[in-house]
Amino acid sequence: MGQPVQRVEDQRFLRGGGRYLDDVAAGPGTLHAAVLRSPHAHARVVDIDVSGVLDVPGVHAVYTYDDLTGPMAEPLPVLIPHPALTHGRTQYVLARDEVNHVGEAIAIVVAEDRYLAEDAVDRIVVDYEVLPAVVGIDAARAAECLVHEDVPGNVGARLEQTVGDATAAIAAAPHRLELDLEIERSACMPLEGRGTVARWDPDAGRLVLWTSTQSSTGVRAAVAAKLGLDIGHVDVITPDVGGGFGVKIVHPWPEELLVPMAARALGRPVKFVEDRREHFVSSAHERGQVQHVEVGFDDDGRLLGLDVEFWHDHGAYTPYGLIVPIITSTQLLGPYKPGAYRVVFESLFTNTVIVTPYRGAGRPQGCFAMERTMDAIAEYLGRDRAEVRAANFIAPHEFPYDHGLIFQDGRALEYDSGDYPASLEKLRKLIGWDEFAAFRRECAAQGRTVGIGLACYVEGTGVGPYEGAHVHVETTGKVKVATGLTTQGQGHETAFAQIVADELGVPFADVEVVTGDTRRMPYAVGTFASRAAVMSGSAIVKAARRTKEKALRLAAEALEASVEDLEIVEGVVGVRGTDRSVPLGTLSVLSNPLRYAFDEASKAATQFSVGDSEAPPVAEGEEPGLEGKDFYSPVHATFASGMHAAIVETDPATAEIRILRYAVVHDCGHLINPMVVEGQIHGGVAQGIGGALYERMAYDEGGQLLNASFMDFLMPYVTEIPDGIEIDHLETPSPLNPLGIKGAGEAGVIPVSAVIAAAVEDAEGIPIRAMPISPSDLHTLREDHRS
Amino acid sequence: MSETLHEIRLRVNGIEHELRVPARRLLSDALRGELGMTGTHVGCEHGVCGACTILVDGEPGRSCLMLAVAAQDHEITTVEGLAEPDGTLSPVQQAFAECHGLQCGFCTPGFLTTVTAGLRRDPCPTHERARDMIAGNLCRCTGYQNIVRAVERAATIGTERAATLTTERAATVGTERNATIDTERAATISTERAAALADRGSGVSS
Ligand code: FES
Ligand code: FES
Repeated sequence: MGQPVQRVEDQRFLRGGGRYLDDVAAGPGTLHAAVLRSPHAHARVVDIDVSGVLDVPGVHAVYTYDDLTGPMAEPLPVLIPHPALTHGRTQYVLARDEVNHVGEAIAIVVAEDRYLAEDAVDRIVVDYEVLPAVVGIDAARAAECLVHEDVPGNVGARLEQTVGDATAAIAAAPHRLELDLEIERSACMPLEGRGTVARWDPDAGRLVLWTSTQSSTGVRAAVAAKLGLDIGHVDVITPDVGGGFGVKIVHPWPEELLVPMAARALGRPVKFVEDRREHFVSSAHERGQVQHVEVGFDDDGRLLGLDVEFWHDHGAYTPYGLIVPIITSTQLLGPYKPGAYRVVFESLFTNTVIVTPYRGAGRPQGCFAMERTMDAIAEYLGRDRAEVRAANFIAPHEFPYDHGLIFQDGRALEYDSGDYPASLEKLRKLIGWDEFAAFRRECAAQGRTVGIGLACYVEGTGVGPYEGAHVHVETTGKVKVATGLTTQGQGHETAFAQIVADELGVPFADVEVVTGDTRRMPYAVGTFASRAAVMSGSAIVKAARRTKEKALRLAAEALEASVEDLEIVEGVVGVRGTDRSVPLGTLSVLSNPLRYAFDEASKAATQFSVGDSEAPPVAEGEEPGLEGKDFYSPVHATFASGMHAAIVETDPATAEIRILRYAVVHDCGHLINPMVVEGQIHGGVAQGIGGALYERMAYDEGGQLLNASFMDFLMPYVTEIPDGIEIDHLETPSPLNPLGIKGAGEAGVIPVSAVIAAAVEDAEGIPIRAMPISPSDLHTLREDHRS
Repeated sequence: MSETLHEIRLRVNGIEHELRVPARRLLSDALRGELGMTGTHVGCEHGVCGACTILVDGEPGRSCLMLAVAAQDHEITTVEGLAEPDGTLSPVQQAFAECHGLQCGFCTPGFLTTVTAGLRRDPCPTHERARDMIAGNLCRCTGYQNIVRAVERAATIGTERAATLTTERAATVGTERNATIDTERAATISTERAAALADRGSGVSS
């Protein structure tokens, strides 16, 4: 633990030996699927004519809604129901009689290869009755047109939470401010899109499904339910995954059901791998919100009352429930005590791609609202922005701190630990907060415009319900570890092996970790909410400890010593201060009493060689095998935190925005592998910069996504990311788990838009109320400001 | 099937393959599908992300923008061909491992090929040129910080290895062993290639 161990998975990735979804052969004769998608944002499907398709050579099947039966003909599940989601709607696996966004699946063709499948898709003729499209939050709120006829006002949900009387507190406060804010859509955009391949084995009556997912157990349950299979007859294997960032937690995607359905029907493996355009128009986006903040505060900038109203664009359907807006509404509070608080949101339907968590999952928007408010208060009072924040911090002695709200996991929003003043102190030093005025003067003398900004966040990580782990010491002494959640680049094979090596006392190289394979660990939830290290890491600790206890019990007997005198070093159990020892591999042999030897080592465990002939070969309460299984299920999330600051330069003529420096102070409790944690921060910050300066989903009024390619959707290259992201760590352990760790996966992205907005505002002296901000946006703001 | 198939020869990582493909088959698909060399990844299929970058006669090229039939007569190198014949990681691969220059690994093959070619042209790049070298490849995971570090580290490893090689070579020059080594090496390579070919299975002949 705590060492920057080089990643074991890299050996295969670097040689081109990774096995991503599209690399899975699944057997000879694999067929390929292509999907016909709606070209319209909103239309009634009057007729689908597939008669021209089956003549295409190489085409094996085409399916439309009419071919679906039983549960497959019902809408997709609402994965996370919530009482406030009074008008939740989900799509059909294939559109029944209406499409609600460009890209919605209408038909699927299975053919010899993807080229032929796409040819065939082009020959399907659909008769549409085009309906008016609802695009953007304003149109959704105006509700002149409806996305779903039976959803009045396009409102899927309205949720209000209050602590105290915010309205009264604001009215009575010495100072008051109001802010109107806006954040646009972006998307996860993993370099590898979605994909699924299935093989039906008629001899065994089993389905094997590989899918690029963040929840193999979720897919397994959904596929079994939809296809009417016993769950025990469905294996889901997550291969190497080329990035997720949230979008792959959504399941089952229509293709994740259609592919196994076709594989079973056709008796051949079937594969679907989406292309980039499909990823843009038929997976998921996030971020789009409009916010209205009212705040009352005292002379020190201390919050007395905070009232936030926001409108969340959830797209055409709500498969992921209200998770994103609930997170915005709760995590908005960051490290601060809000005084009285009222938050209310409406989650709105639009004729656009669904909105589900993207790294940060509603927090970047919440952080933006709160941090813009902090800056506005400081500006209003003429006080230092860092001081105003400090005045509102929850103090270190106030933990655990219960906000009196319900978090995304249905549990109390109760912070477990943190040290916000210490973080701020580190950040001020790291960025040179106090020296910035001098730097600004220097720059001004050269005709350069610079600004500085900072933002703070708290992130609830490691939410439940649980994760599990299985640790098995093989007779060779090698240790095989399985945990059910999935991996998409976080280096779990390395970090989890580090944990086991430490706990069990075995060489790191002897530990092998498998994730996301339901054959190895059928009970799991998934990888989201920065939960993998906390949840599976803790489960693995517990499972490793069980394994160790068993090893010591067996060793105590074998060595005729007491457990207290034993230690495990480099995979060998020894009696302290003696040369008596036994390797774990031998204990594994002895743990499994045998009748039949299968090799030299196993002879030691056969019936004439071992054991007290008066006692049962497997002792009461024991099981054969040197292994341990355990689960970790915390009462609630653990709260990581951090603060970022940036110095930007704006070009007086072109309005270009350049980030000169970017600094991060990060507190995720104890670090398992600092190299991996820093990598996560780098990646998060880069995505944050994309969201702050470049990325947006350019929908036209008709609901066409105009920039659905990497050519037009501006994901940052190295040239857009500052050269050097300065990082400092604080390690405030969590009291909630055995390792004292907190999640780190999403943190990097959360405050970036808030930080950049603050720095640009500081440079320009113009209030920044909407993000992302492009040079032309800034140019327009300057023009408006002048007039 | 009605599509006309074209017989082509592709030379990939020093090995010649004969295959039959329709004219529209992308090189990326031919490498991954027909040849089963799935190390080359496809992230956008429109020439922007660089994940599919291979070396065409030593120069980086986007295999998603090239037709397989147009790749005949060129020497193609994919990520599978970057390591030394004995399996040692190349300086660029080694540097990516040391510097944590990859997370999900999906973009990585394109970076590795690009940097390999870049360092051949510019073996000791300045920091700025190291950044420029990767400016045409997208990575959604790493924020590029460690990739830039890896480029610089690769340059160092490359120089170190070249120095070691020179020393070793100096030691053996003038001895008969040179000839022996060459013979052994040739034998090993041909065995490995034969094995690799056998591995690639059906549909491929050479
Ligand atoms: S796949 Fe070729 S450049 Fe993206
Ligand atoms: S490592 Fe995942 S895209 Fe680069």
